[in-house]
Amino acid sequence: MKCPSPAVGERGGLQVTLTLTGQEDRIKVFDQGADESVNAANLRRFIARMTGCSTTTDTTQATILQSRHRIPEEMLRDDQILVLQVPDPEPLRSVEFDTSRAQEMHAFKDYGLMWLKLYEQLVRYGSFIQGASYPVMVHKRYVMSPSPIPRWDTPKLNQSAHLTILCAGREKRIYAIPPWTDVEPLEFSDRFFHVEDHSEWVCRLSGVRHKFMNEIPLADGTSGFELSDTGYLSKALKSGSDPAQSAGACYFDADGHFHQPGFLKFEEGDARKE
Amino acid sequence: MMHKLLSIQPMLRVTGANHRYGAIDALRDVSLEVYPGEVFGIVGESGSGKSTLLRMLNLQEVPDQGKYTIDYPDIPGCDLFSLDRLERQEIRTRHIGIVYQNPHLGLRMHNTSSGNIASRLLIAGERSFGKLRDAARTSLSASDFPLDRMDELPARLSGGMQQRVQLAKAIALRPCLLLLDEPTSGLDLSVQARVLDTLKKLQRETRMTMVLVSHDLGVIRTLADRVMVMKKGEVIESGLTDQILQDPQDPYTQELVYAKL
Repeated sequence: MKCPSPAVGERGGLQVTLTLTGQEDRIKVFDQGADESVNAANLRRFIARMTGCSTTTDTTQATILQSRHRIPEEMLRDDQILVLQVPDPEPLRSVEFDTSRAQEMHAFKDYGLMWLKLYEQLVRYGSFIQGASYPVMVHKRYVMSPSPIPRWDTPKLNQSAHLTILCAGREKRIYAIPPWTDVEPLEFSDRFFHVEDHSEWVCRLSGVRHKFMNEIPLADGTSGFELSDTGYLSKALKSGSDPAQSAGACYFDADGHFHQPGFLKFEEGDARKE
Repeated sequence: MMHKLLSIQPMLRVTGANHRYGAIDALRDVSLEVYPGEVFGIVGESGSGKSTLLRMLNLQEVPDQGKYTIDYPDIPGCDLFSLDRLERQEIRTRHIGIVYQNPHLGLRMHNTSSGNIASRLLIAGERSFGKLRDAARTSLSASDFPLDRMDELPARLSGGMQQRVQLAKAIALRPCLLLLDEPTSGLDLSVQARVLDTLKKLQRETRMTMVLVSHDLGVIRTLADRVMVMKKGEVIESGLTDQILQDPQDPYTQELVYAKL
């Protein structure tokens, strides 16, 4: 059987998912939040054929979710497993090219240089500009790269009910975040981690706000926004602009507040302060 | 100065350092004592072992034999050579600063100048952005660096400016020991003079203990209180700088002093 995806990506996640999945499972595969993208559709069909499992696009119905780039908007439960395809598993690579030296830094918990990267972003751009792979401190000990996910999804890993498994095929590296583990985005004591500010953006299909959006170029030359999580979008479309009627609870509520109050901090005078 | 030195304890002491690289004796029974607030010079030609010795003082390397103690409140009087790599790194970060001849060894060229200073504090555990900025400003002004250029990459700065960034990085945590490895070699003379002025000013204001390695006797004469002459890994003469440079006893030292183009 030929592998349904190009040799460069997805293999890590695919291997983990194939290992975990049995006939009784129901899998959801999505890429950039979309269930219907070519990669996601191919992988879903392949996994179902190989394992005999059933498939779904509904986050709340899945037992195993394989994703690239996103964690669903709806909260995962303790009976679900999230598999992330990881392009770059080593958070220290950006500050230390020497892999053996990087291993030593992990062993010594010598992570100061990771903050240097954040310092440089603040100095040059005035804010943390890292779009994905925002480094996190796991269980107050290990700095980890939650590699493909945007900043928006990073806090969802903190004290989450579900198990997250991350796998990089090329590097043959697999790592995991156990349920109920502290996962804290790196930040300064006086300059805090923030998720992308999509507060002014409204999904042009569903009217939903305060979720992660894709910017879509429109025929008239302007652009509009659409929910990135298509599973959530279809629920929102079913129930008007109040997805709460058909969708489960979300990590960010309808007003954009994170479900763990106080976990995301705001500087004095920030309008987003709760 | 001498009577003062006699009444106080040395702040740094190395005894019986021996080290071989393969068949080469890099250090042969080297001992030295440096007193608080003193600038101690080490001279010698290339291959005399002065850079090896400096690397050992910086705890980057440990000699085959020898003891090394620094008398400082935070560091117990133990032999620093006997510590493991992590402990040595810890002491290096907190208590020792170094300026290299080659700025590529001392600076992260792809980070801003202020970021280079911040890195030092970050490794020591500082996590306040405001404090990092303040510390960068303080150390950069102490090394006479123009603050309006603090966020430029070192790669875009002149050689003299790069040395000032290195110096600021080295003193950012107020180390008890500052090591200078040919800090002004490779700079043109007028720039060299100005960097030396900064070092002198810093020494006067902070009374920081310094060990200065140089093959340039002019630099040694300007900065060092005492000097030690090395040849083929051995100490062949040491004493007050004026004394050694004016009245060298050893034929090798005489050669060094009188060798002029």
